[in-house]
Amino acid sequence: MAKSNIAIELTDVDKHFGAVHANDKVSLSVKTGTIHGIVGENGAGKSTLMSILYGFYQADSGQIKVFDKEFRATSSKQSIEAGIGMVHQHFMFVDNFTVLENVILGSEGGALISESLGKARIELTRLAKEYGLEVELDVAVEELSVGMQQRVEILKGLYKGAKVLILDEPTGVLTPQESDELFRIFEALKNQGVTIILITHKLREIMDITDHVSVMRAGKMVAHRETNKTNPEELAELMIGRKVLLNIEKSKANIGKPVLVAKNLEIDNEQGLKRVSNVSFEARSGEILGIAGVTGNGQGTLLKALAGILPISNGSIEIMGETINSKNPLNPQQLRNLGVAHVPEDRQRMGMISDFTASETALLGYHNDKNINHGVWLKRSSVKANCESIMEAFDVRPTNPDLKSSNFSGGNQQKLILAREFERDPEVLIIGQPTRGVDIGAIEFIRKRIIDMRDAGKAIILISVELEEIMSISDRIIVMCDGEITGTVDASDADEATLGMMMANALISQEKSNEAQL
Amino acid sequence: MNDLLLNLILTLDASFRVCTPLIFASMAGLFAERSGVVDIGLEGKLLMSAFIAASAATVFGSPWIGLLFAIFASCILAMIHGLASITFKGNQIVSGVAINILASGLTMILTLAWFKSGGITPNLQGDERFLSITLPGVNIIDHIPILGVIYRELISGHNILVYLAFATVPLVWWVVYRTRFGLRLRAVGENPKAVDTAGLSVEGLRYKALLIGGILCGIGGAYIATAHNAQFTKEMTAGQGFIALAALIFGKWHPYRVLAACFLFGFLDALAVRLQGVVLPVIGEVPVQLIEAIPYLLTVILLAGFIGKAIPPKASAQPYIKEL
Amino acid sequence: MTRDRRLSWINGLLLPLFNVLTAFLATAVVFILINVNPIEATKILIYGAFGYEEGIGYTLYYTTNFIFTGLAVAVAFHAGLFNIGGEGQAYIGGLGTALVALYIDPTLSAWLIIPLGIFGGLLFGAMWAIIPAYLQAYRGSHIVITTIMFNFLASALMVYLLVHVLREMGQMSPQSKDFPDSAWIPFVHEVFAGMGIKIAQSPLNLSIFIALIFSALVWFFLWHTRWGFAIRATGKSNDAAVYSGINPKKIIVVTMCISGALAGLVGINELMGVQHRLLLDFNYGYGFGGIAVALMGRNHPIGIIIAALLFGILYQGGMDLAFEMQNVSRHIIVVMQGLVILFCGGLEYLYRPILIRFLAPIET
Repeated sequence: MAKSNIAIELTDVDKHFGAVHANDKVSLSVKTGTIHGIVGENGAGKSTLMSILYGFYQADSGQIKVFDKEFRATSSKQSIEAGIGMVHQHFMFVDNFTVLENVILGSEGGALISESLGKARIELTRLAKEYGLEVELDVAVEELSVGMQQRVEILKGLYKGAKVLILDEPTGVLTPQESDELFRIFEALKNQGVTIILITHKLREIMDITDHVSVMRAGKMVAHRETNKTNPEELAELMIGRKVLLNIEKSKANIGKPVLVAKNLEIDNEQGLKRVSNVSFEARSGEILGIAGVTGNGQGTLLKALAGILPISNGSIEIMGETINSKNPLNPQQLRNLGVAHVPEDRQRMGMISDFTASETALLGYHNDKNINHGVWLKRSSVKANCESIMEAFDVRPTNPDLKSSNFSGGNQQKLILAREFERDPEVLIIGQPTRGVDIGAIEFIRKRIIDMRDAGKAIILISVELEEIMSISDRIIVMCDGEITGTVDASDADEATLGMMMANALISQEKSNEAQL
Repeated sequence: MNDLLLNLILTLDASFRVCTPLIFASMAGLFAERSGVVDIGLEGKLLMSAFIAASAATVFGSPWIGLLFAIFASCILAMIHGLASITFKGNQIVSGVAINILASGLTMILTLAWFKSGGITPNLQGDERFLSITLPGVNIIDHIPILGVIYRELISGHNILVYLAFATVPLVWWVVYRTRFGLRLRAVGENPKAVDTAGLSVEGLRYKALLIGGILCGIGGAYIATAHNAQFTKEMTAGQGFIALAALIFGKWHPYRVLAACFLFGFLDALAVRLQGVVLPVIGEVPVQLIEAIPYLLTVILLAGFIGKAIPPKASAQPYIKEL
Repeated sequence: MTRDRRLSWINGLLLPLFNVLTAFLATAVVFILINVNPIEATKILIYGAFGYEEGIGYTLYYTTNFIFTGLAVAVAFHAGLFNIGGEGQAYIGGLGTALVALYIDPTLSAWLIIPLGIFGGLLFGAMWAIIPAYLQAYRGSHIVITTIMFNFLASALMVYLLVHVLREMGQMSPQSKDFPDSAWIPFVHEVFAGMGIKIAQSPLNLSIFIALIFSALVWFFLWHTRWGFAIRATGKSNDAAVYSGINPKKIIVVTMCISGALAGLVGINELMGVQHRLLLDFNYGYGFGGIAVALMGRNHPIGIIIAALLFGILYQGGMDLAFEMQNVSRHIIVVMQGLVILFCGGLEYLYRPILIRFLAPIET
């Protein structure tokens, strides 16, 4: 039988989630043995579409053909049988299982696992060698670096016989150098006839690695292009629907005195593991200090410590005249009283309460405010008025304080949270992932407001995994890797390659020490 | 022989009998919790099984038929819990509490309706209940000092369900750590999404886990009413379902450690019973209420975690909601 | 009506209604299984509950207890905690009230003694909740298991106290001596008699108004104070609470103490209002009933009052039913409690997909 030319064919695939039209009659054709990119901004429907292909969700209507055969999946089982594998954005691991156990889960090949493990080991070693995906098989997955974990995810797909491999935002957790390594693996897979579908919002990746690209916008498939016949500007415009300002204008910074001084910080995370070791830096008024780094290198822990959520085990922080150290911890309430505002990384879990109304979410952290409380009484009308005023300031829509917080779009939720913190006129702003899960219109708005605060003389510490965001907004950039600062540059001098090296600094020596132990 | 040693052996002997229902219940809880479902309803399942076992044994004259019916009843309750927790994604603890209260009320209503009594079933005679088994060779070994007594009192002379309880534990260990089902079970309790994306059914695995738990609770309940005792009396489980949960937590969800915890409870309980009526220096006679309270005090002390913090399966008590 | 409003109606009213009806239907099934005509049973139950004056009095007297324990469970739920220790907290709370009544100077005015009795009930109820609360907050001990253990311990303790310590001299039965008159809360029929109106005698006493006052206090506390805000935030999201400067561990302990305190007020009704002495098992069933009431009433004081009334009706009707019908004992009420908890709690989303499909479908 002649090998099929079209690996995946989607025709008018449609999917609703409640009132949200996630996929609107989407059609797509992916040629066998190519690397096909699907690009679109947050919420465009890319992940949903691929999840339908992977059997995680079922389409409401439409046709799917895999290698010319009609395809219908009620669960991932059928997708795996059809030769489709998926590497999700958030890895699908059982943390305390070994690599081997994670790979064979679901494809054990027998009721007793002792036999399966033996067979799997041989097969995996072969696959790993073939594609350059070497990894330690008997280590618990939670002990591997993120880059290694991703390899395991890919191996999982290949072990289950994937001929089509879907990857959802794979480089979000990698340094630029690791991303390059990943792309080399893609080439090796492509040479073996594996079809790769790459979901991403990063235009650079599309241009670098894909053969074809399809653009999604607001649930619809709006364009298909051959990659070598298009360019980032065209793709961006297709993604958004209008011309986009890819760079933000900002005036020169008017930098003042240091407002927050961190000295030799050592911080443990909630599980008691040391995540920050020997970090020292200064944040000055009128300056945006960007902290770059791949997720999981201690920035989140640092952020929480600066906000008073995690205690410091060693070292000190001087803020607004107060000194915080292990003997004198400050809690979030006290920090707020000092004029420190915190926009958390995890909006959904920390920054707001989904079931609370907007008024109540707007009150989080400020519920003890003497102006809203009249003695014992938390006056509802004052709460509502407070919410209305901040909604207006940040153009949060719909302007309904009684609406449940979960009913606002991601962008409006984030604007509400920023409004809550910014409108208190703090002196120091600690912001984590300000534009994650936010549509482009809101992204522009939010970034501009951050720069406004900087121009008003506030000290801003910004943590983001989007290197492009750090580079465009910050005045000064520090890079964290493995809990330490591996580099400091002025934003005007920064370039991606150098930053990438700093982000990977300790990783290279980590791999070396791993190899030495083997 | 030495009085103290004899007392020790007899106490150990009693411990085996006391910890048997705890073993069955905690193993049941182990399957549930490992799959990510919290089962507070162990107490209710034990109680209902005890009642059904005693009733069926009375009606049919055989403890084995009683056992069968008990398992059936316990599985029904387990499936109700499954429906609430797994399919309808309700609050698992509330569902468990509901089952306990239901069992408490239903057993009383049914004793009245079926046996015209206020909470007890008729006394089981002779082989209508599980009787103790004398292992072969007792007479021969009896002559050997110490070992003879140990064999006669401690090892021989229990009823079959006691032996079954201890045999169950290695079986459970093997299933959980050496079979495909066990691998999937542990996976679904840690990260159900990983199981779903591997093409397996999260709900199916959890239902199976609860079903196994139902069977085990059925045996445990039947033991209480038709082996350890000779009838059902009201509220006869007296919190053993909860103590089993405490043993499960204390044993960190590993079969052998849980067995040790169950045995510890059994031993201390048996020890406490022996203190009844004994006059201690300074304190005087130990009030009987204090002796009765010891298992509960012990549970609280153990749960207070002075012996290390216990980390449950990651997905415990959370219904699986499909979303990326 | 917009879809959002429709969903509000479904979640707030229709769903609980369907759940409760299903619980009743299931009870009817139980009746059939024990050879009782459910229609007959329902008639007797309803008549028993409010067909005659004395019945109404009894119904409202039971309602009082359910309001206290329902509030207790609800407050804990708002902090994300499941307080199953209501039985024990009510028991020990009653001990506190009784101690005030027994040992305070009886020549003092009732206007002083009764509030002190209330305070005793609150304090002792809170005391019985604080250890499980502390263990959950600071040592991670599962509060469900510890509170159930404390229920058993309360039983053991009270038996010991009533048999060996507080027993009236020369008495055989385990109960204390009678409370002095100034520690009695007046019966409603007495109050009415004082005004010249004759109504049937029943245990209904003025503590029902105390229950209503506390309902209002709980409402105000939870939704109109910053501490109530902190409690509700903690219950919804531990992370958001920490972010907001709230200490979840403190909230757990404080909330459980409030919860235990509310449950402890059962003694006000039972002991100061009706029995006028301390005795065994006056708390029986109210702690667990409180769980059913809180779930049915969706943790809101107004819902709780309605649900408590419903359970008062079930309790009194059930008692009369057990009296009238040989085949039914008062444990049928326990079965009903269990079914309500099952359908309003564990299976609370049972009807949601169907209701949404038919009443609030998504317009495409």
